Order: sequence, then C-alpha cells, then structure tokens
Amino acid sequence: MFGLHYRLERKAIGLVLAIIIVSSIGGLVEIAPLFTIHQTVEDAPDMRVYTPLELSGRNIYIREGCYVCHSQMIRPFRDEVERYGHYSLAAESMYDHPFQWGSERTGPDLARVGGRYSDEWHVQHLKDPQSVVPESIMPKYAFLAQKNLDTSRLGADLAALRRVGVPYTDEDIAKADEDARTQGFGEGDTAGLAKRYPKVQARDFDGDPERITEMDALVAYLQGLGTQVDFKSASAREAAK
Amino acid sequence: MLGQLTKNERQLALVILLAVGLWGLVFGVAGKDDPLGAHGWIIVLAALAGIFKIISIYYDPEPSDDRLSSYYDDPTKLGIILAMVWAVIGLFVGDWVAWLLVKPDLTFDAGWSSFGRLRPVHTTGVIFGFGGNALIATSFYVLQRTSRARLPDQLSPWFVLMGYNLFVILAVTGYMMGITQSKEYAEPEWYADLWLVIVWVTYFGIYLRTLMRRKEPHIYVANWYYMAFILVVAVLHIVNNLAVPVSLGHAKSYSLFSGVQDAMTEWWYGHNAVAFFLTSGFLGMMYYYLPIRAGRPIFSYRLSIISFWGITFFYMWAGSHHLHYTALPQWVQTLGMTFSLMLLVPSWASATNALLTLNGAWHKVRDDATLRFMMVAAVFYGLTTFEGSFLAIRSVNSLSHYTDWTVGHVHAGALGWVAMITFGSIYASVPWLWKQKSMYSPKLVEVHFWLAVAGTIVYVFAMWNSGIIQGLMWRTYTENGTLAYSFVDSLIAMHPYYIARAVGGLLFLLGALVGCYNIWMTIKTATHVIPESAADRPAVAPAAALQPGE
Repeated sequence: MFGLHYRLERKAIGLVLAIIIVSSIGGLVEIAPLFTIHQTVEDAPDMRVYTPLELSGRNIYIREGCYVCHSQMIRPFRDEVERYGHYSLAAESMYDHPFQWGSERTGPDLARVGGRYSDEWHVQHLKDPQSVVPESIMPKYAFLAQKNLDTSRLGADLAALRRVGVPYTDEDIAKADEDARTQGFGEGDTAGLAKRYPKVQARDFDGDPERITEMDALVAYLQGLGTQVDFKSASAREAAK
Repeated sequence: MLGQLTKNERQLALVILLAVGLWGLVFGVAGKDDPLGAHGWIIVLAALAGIFKIISIYYDPEPSDDRLSSYYDDPTKLGIILAMVWAVIGLFVGDWVAWLLVKPDLTFDAGWSSFGRLRPVHTTGVIFGFGGNALIATSFYVLQRTSRARLPDQLSPWFVLMGYNLFVILAVTGYMMGITQSKEYAEPEWYADLWLVIVWVTYFGIYLRTLMRRKEPHIYVANWYYMAFILVVAVLHIVNNLAVPVSLGHAKSYSLFSGVQDAMTEWWYGHNAVAFFLTSGFLGMMYYYLPIRAGRPIFSYRLSIISFWGITFFYMWAGSHHLHYTALPQWVQTLGMTFSLMLLVPSWASATNALLTLNGAWHKVRDDATLRFMMVAAVFYGLTTFEGSFLAIRSVNSLSHYTDWTVGHVHAGALGWVAMITFGSIYASVPWLWKQKSMYSPKLVEVHFWLAVAGTIVYVFAMWNSGIIQGLMWRTYTENGTLAYSFVDSLIAMHPYYIARAVGGLLFLLGALVGCYNIWMTIKTATHVIPESAADRPAVAPAAALQPGE
C-alpha cells in the first residue's frame, strides 16, 4: 500500500483523480438516494404551498437571519414535543427552498408557532421583544412595520419556485400580487384565495389596515408555521394502513 | 507590489478589470430596484481601483529576467496582510455579536446591525476572510518551495487573491443589505457563488501548472492537503449552491433542493467546509511550517498517508451527524455517526504526527512563541476532533444539539486550531518574506500567544458550561411530570456565560491587534534586508519567453 502511494504521489493528475474519487463516495451514497427513495418524505395530503404573502414573510425571515437563532425542527423527544408540539415531519418542509431547520436555539423553536399567540402579540413582540418578554435578548424589528411590502415581484418569485419544483399553477403566478393584497387586507376574493390555498388566514395582521407592510407578511408567515398537517386525520390514516 | 508584472500581464490585467467593471455596470443598471444594484456599483468601484493601480505602473520599465530565478512572493505578502485585516474585522464583529447576546440594544436601532445579519458577517469574515486569505497566501509560498518551481505566471495569483477578496466583500456587504441564501457558511447569493467558481478554477490551475513543472520527484504532503482543500471545496460549493435566481436583475434565488434533501446537502457541505477548508487546508500549513520552524523532519511518512486518505474519505460521510433525530431518514444519521467515530483515527494520527515531530525540539517550543502557537494548535486539533466524534454520537447529540455546546466546540476548533496554526505560520513567514532575521518584537508574539490562549480557554469553558446547562434545563422534569423550566429560565441562566464568552472573544481580538502592530512594524522597519539564501530559489527558472495564456 505504501509502495503504491510512493508512486501515486509522484503524479499530479493521479493524485487529483484519486482525491476526487475518494471524496465523492460518501456524498453519493448518502445524498443521491434521498431523491429516489419514496419513504424519505411521507405522504401529507394536507400540505399546501405558501401563499404569496407567506412567501414574502418567509423571505423576510431569511433576510433578517432569524434561522441563526431559531430552529424549525422539533425532535421526537418528550420534552420537545411538550414544549413545542408534535415532532416535525419531513413533508412539512417539502416546499421549503431552502430549508429553515436551523442549528441553534438561542431562541425557542418556531416550527409550530402558528396560532400560538395573537397577531397583536407578534407585532408587539417583533417591534419591542423586551416589552413582552423582559428577559428576551432578541433584536427589535420595529422597522418592519414602517416598510411597505413590495408585492409587484411576487409573480416572478412564484415562477422561480415553480422552476425548482413547487407546484404553483399559472393562476397562482398571475394573481400573486393580488393574492398577497387580498390576504393582507382580508378583503376581496378571499374565497378564491382559500380555494387555491386551503386554510389560508386572510386578515390585517399588523394592526395597520391602511397598507400592507413587511410586518404583515412576517406575521402571516409565522401564524401559518406548522399548522398545515392535521395530525388527527394523519394518525387515523396511519392506523388505517 | 505589482512591479514584477510584464507589459503583457499589465495589458491582460486591464482587459480583465474592464470586463469585471462592465459586469458590475450591468448589475448596477439591471438591479437598480434591488440590492443587486448596490453590489453592481461595489464591483465597478473594485474594478476602477484595480484599473488605477495598473495604470500607475503601466509605463514602468519591463522587469528584468532576474526575477525568474527567485520565487514569486508578492501575492503572498499582500495575502498575509489581508488575512490580518480580515481577522480584525471578523473578530471584531464576532465580539460585537457576542455582546449583543448580553445586551441586545447595541445595534443603533438599525436593520443592518441586528444579530441575524451580523452573525454571518462574523463567520464569513473569519472563515473566508481571515482563513481563506491565509490559505491562499501560504499555499502559494509552500507550493513554490516544496516544488522548487516558481509560480507559472504572475497575473493569475493576483487574480485569485483579489478576486477572492471581492467575493468576501460581496458576501459581507450583502448580508448587511439582507442578501443571503440562509444556508450556513454558504450564504452568498448566486452571482457571488459563480464568481467564486471562476476564481477557484484559476486557483486550481495555478496549483496544477506549478506541480507540473516541479523539480522534486515527489509531491510533498502539504500539497496533498492544499489540493484536497481546493478540489473538494469546489465540489461542495457548486453542489450546495445550486439555485434558480428570480431573474438576472435580482439578487434573490431559490435553492434547487428543498426540505430534507436541502438539509442533507447543506450539512454535507457545512461539515466538509470544516473538513476541507478549516482542516485540510490548515493541515497543509502545519505540515510545512511546523517541521521547518522546529528544525525536525515530519515524524512519520506512513502516518501522513493514513491520516490524509482517512480524512479525505471519512469526512464526506460525517455531515449527517448535524441532523440527528430530525426528519432525515435514520439510516443516513447512523452512517454519519459511524463515520464520525471512525474519523477520530486519522484525526489523531495527524495530531500525533505533529506533536511527535516536536520530539527533540521541545526546548524550542519553550522559548519560541511562534512554534508554541503551532504546538498548541496541534493540541487543540486533537481535542476538538475528539469532541467532534463524541458529539456525533446520537445520544450525546440529543443533549448537545441546538445548544451553545456546539458553539463552544466550533470555537475550540476555530480559535484553538485554525487561528493558532495560522498565527504561528504567519509569524514564521513574515520575517522570511520581508527578509528579516526575526519579527519586530518577539516579546509581542509572546503577548499575542498568551492573549490568544487565554481568550480561547475562557470562551470554550463558558460555552461548555452554558451549553450543557441549557441542554439539561430544557429536558428537566419536576416530580409532577411537568417541564421544570421555561425557555426564558434557560435564557436567564445563560447570562453570566454570555458575558464570559464576550470577554474571551475580546482577549482574542486584542491578541490579533497586537499581531497586526507587530507585523506592521516588522514590514515598516525592514531596512536591513538579509540576502536571499541560495536554498530559497527555484531549481530551474521557467523560460523567460513564457507568458500567461500561452
């Protein structure tokens, strides 16, 4: 073996090829099958794609680096399930490009924060976290309530997501701008919106009914987190199998 | 610094800079309603600065052919200075965000300075700014000496160094404007990623072309590691950053993968960025500077071979240990844990090889802070890799994951291993590069050493404590079977450790500032140049007629 290496280390190209081959094996074995094995992501008929407003909120969540302190992945332990809710399923992040599981909990997990607090709580907490939780070390995000949300680009965002495999329809893309405003004002064709995005929450989120702000978008995203899979019917389905 | 560029190289440099400037102009115009536009103008500014620099030397006389009979170290010199500049920036922002966790209001009430945007500035600043520049600078130095050949041309090393720094600038300014892919340690957006690919291919080209013209029959072990660093980082970078931009006028893109597959790809990347950027590359540094500084040959050639191929093979399987108990299929988690445990063998083989090389030179370790930096680095390398394998065990990880223990582990490696081996190597090379007998002040090297060691130990102990307490508090139950502590309770318990961590970081930053002063004074007072030794010359100079692009 050392004799073989004695010869190999005299050939630059040989060394290059050997490094590429030896280092590729791990990734090929561990990653490639994840795309082909059906069980990697369980069936979850309740899962729907993000509404344009939720997607905007999610992009703000990414922009501000929320994932740096907050995870979105509840592990199947008694304490985590009691603290945060049902453990996370793979299907729940199937439309997440990119994933937001996080790696650190400087703050609590947010995978199921949706519906846990009122909109008013979220807005107040985001504007001034210490006013709600005095010991909090979260930064203030008051500026979100001042910034109007740019909805004009959302069709392009949805189209880009469709290119990476998220099943948005032509109608979703064409109406992206309108849908965002319908959801954020809570008026207009909310029935049509709910038909394409089941269980959508359409209302004024930030307490400023005059306009749609980045705060509206972020709160809409947070209020939807972890609420899509109906675990009662899911466990009934599992039992039926 | 650019004095050795030939007329042809100066012309080619102008062409490249004009192309880069044009690229920036297109982005500046196309992205006028998007943060992309600001990046376009930053690129234009960078190109203009380069153009002015080239024009200022454009009519200087053609350099003489004598230059070809010595190594080309100008890019290495600037690379080392840039590494120290980024060290100060990266460590400063790191300590700032550490204080933000003590006192969250230290943000000027602005979006760009909140924790979530500054934290990647810190990680990118230290890993890619400080670490990357140090790797590029030392790799050029080591490559030439161990091959006994001059770099193949003089323009491409500058392209790699400056192009790489443009990438880091785009990255950190982007985060502050809110441009991020949110994939940890791979946050820069698609256009910065593409630019890095161009730079990286050129880097690999320099390496291969120099190796091809080497006058030593064997490729030295340091170069195996530098090669693995360049090659594997390229593969990781390209695969993990596959994404579809919203449009060519927008900074935003959407990752090609989602959910489970995206998580696995990211942590395959993330863990191997640790492996091939922060380990492999710096092992290359260690295999050159430590034996030379100690005046001893590497202890064992066979251990070098075993550890090199062990690291190259095992590491690539280990990334999934970042996803224990998540929605990732369990078979992948188990493979990740298994290979993480096996990884201890080649890791400790490297650490052992380094420490046993010092046998017979321990009196030098006692007297020479530069060598002591490298020795402590090898010790921390051994400790951190042991801790890494330990944390990869599923049951241990159930406690440690999501806590500050991970942060402590990373910093044991980053401060104790990566930064220490780099400072040691920089203190060894600065006098060599500027032809001096020693650093301006060996005493200040000693001061830096103790600041760095103290800072690292304070930091790591603080995070071990806070991490384990956090993990235990989260899972503690009362006798009645209810959770004993709220999340906020654990946050309050962290407060003293967060102060200690920020103080540790401050000590480390002070050390780096002392280092900058010492290096600056060494360069500034470098008047009595000692003559170049005949041993420090390429064996055969490349023919004078060779030009880049030939």
